[in-house]
Amino acid sequence: MKLQGKAHVYGNHVDTDVIIPARYLNTADPKELARHCMEDIDAEFVKRVQPGDIIAAGDNFGCGSSREHAPLAIKHAGVSCVVARSFARIFYRNAINIGLPIVVSDIPVAAGDELAVDLSAGVIENLTQHEKRTFAPFPAFLQGIVAAGGLMQAMRTMEGGRA
Amino acid sequence: MGMTMTQKILAAHCGKQSLKAGEMVLADLDLVMANDITAPVAINEFEKAGCDRVFDGDKVALVLDHFTPNKDIKAAEQSRQVRRFAREQGVAHFYDVGRVGIEHVLLPEQGLVTAGDLIIGADSHTCTYGALGAFSTGVGSTDMAAGMAYGKAWFRVPEAISVRLTGKLQPWVSGKDVILHLIGLIGVDGALYQSLEFSGPGVDSLSVDDRLCICNMAIEAGGKNGIFPVDAQTLAYLKDHGAKEPRVYEADPDARYARVIDINLSEVPLTVAFPHLPENARGFDDIPDDLRIDQVVIGSCTNGRLCDMQQAAQVLRGRQVAQDTRVIIIPATQQIYEDAMKEGLFQVFLDAGCAVSTPTCGPCLGGHMGILAEGERCVSTTNRNFVGRMGHPKSEVYLASPYVAAASAVLGRLASPAELEGEAQ
Ligand code: SF4
Repeated sequence: MKLQGKAHVYGNHVDTDVIIPARYLNTADPKELARHCMEDIDAEFVKRVQPGDIIAAGDNFGCGSSREHAPLAIKHAGVSCVVARSFARIFYRNAINIGLPIVVSDIPVAAGDELAVDLSAGVIENLTQHEKRTFAPFPAFLQGIVAAGGLMQAMRTMEGGRA
Repeated sequence: MGMTMTQKILAAHCGKQSLKAGEMVLADLDLVMANDITAPVAINEFEKAGCDRVFDGDKVALVLDHFTPNKDIKAAEQSRQVRRFAREQGVAHFYDVGRVGIEHVLLPEQGLVTAGDLIIGADSHTCTYGALGAFSTGVGSTDMAAGMAYGKAWFRVPEAISVRLTGKLQPWVSGKDVILHLIGLIGVDGALYQSLEFSGPGVDSLSVDDRLCICNMAIEAGGKNGIFPVDAQTLAYLKDHGAKEPRVYEADPDARYARVIDINLSEVPLTVAFPHLPENARGFDDIPDDLRIDQVVIGSCTNGRLCDMQQAAQVLRGRQVAQDTRVIIIPATQQIYEDAMKEGLFQVFLDAGCAVSTPTCGPCLGGHMGILAEGERCVSTTNRNFVGRMGHPKSEVYLASPYVAAASAVLGRLASPAELEGEAQ
């Protein structure tokens, strides 16, 4: 799977309260969540973001609450992938479970750089700065979830459609 | 190779003799929990995937605690969806207004957690139950949907940090100070993907309530879970609350830890986390003495238990809340509400000029019941002080214990309870 888009750059510890503030959690509608994505850290984000764009950040991206509304808001805002030096663990599993690609990498990125990600090959490129990095692909177990199209589909296969 | 306490509980739930950090496993769950914010997303996923029955109605808990009593029409619709699902699916542990409490205080109180359990909750502070010797951790709504349908969840077997406790807490110092101090030491990602396993002779001196408060904030250090060894206090607590038969696991003596941290409890100072991260921990020797406070909140899954109410009352008794400060006190469950009322604590709070709320998460997540305006400052016994957490993005939250929160309420500025000592009440 290959992804390409412009980078929106944020710092360390981007938390779920700024990705999608709790005041909007009275709905589970992804389109409405997407309208408020990143609002408290970057009010212009939803106006700037183009389909396919990539969020690039520092350490511990997605820390804070377990709200799946956070990766949902990002995905439905049109973002194709999040690249960070590290992810908070619940955000990491939520992204996998809902099929939002995430990449752990320390590739240098400035706002507006064009990034290209090849998920299967495990390669990320900054086309603007001519930098290239490899990253470890997901463990087989998680690749299975992603390949099945998400956790619910994967469980159905593994558990023989019991429920 | 030896296993940590957490690894042993995981192994027992996936039928393995031994597990190594980093392995991926699919494990059986003893309880799955969600609230009025996360359950609707989980229910949508559950139904979208064509599931028709939960795996075991006795092992599902749904708690309407965040935006309840319903704060607006959308919140009311969400609660209704969860209520309907709970009824249709025969969910045994469904809690609605009038019986509800904040999930992480309620579940242990209702005896739904026992030592050795494996519990997931679609709420990050599910890590609280480690205080009772369970492995519990927060997940998202899709995990919750799969958990409700199949009774299973996937885990990457975590490494652990060993936190060895010695000594005994000083007066006014509580579990909240211990965990804020620890997060200050290791940072908000200091335990990323790892367990925080507490041990050592200091454990004995910590009450179960202190341990619940400490494990509650393991996630604030990025941890997968926090966990305490099971001792006589734990067993007595489980028995008192009618919990199932405990299964006691101990870490192997040769268990491998990624890191060892020693904390002498007698050296832990009163600690406050400054905006906008829980790792910005400061002792009172490093705190400006004129930080004016607009609001004080005493409650939440971190510090909304009876002992927290008692500690707040101890400071507020016979005193008045400062003129320009407002105080909201939120007992975490109906039981705590009743106990606090019977003990006469409400009279203390009302005499001092505090508002007492029905159990709810309310202001903790900036939901309702005490939102902050631009530029306002709040001392709160909750667990997060992120940008905009309790309201306006330019408001500020200072995390502290009930003692510090109550003293700050009286003095109208961030203050230590020691300042009020000896002063005529
Ligand atoms: S009290 Fe606060 S931290 Fe605890 S469950 Fe409620 S919103 Fe979450």
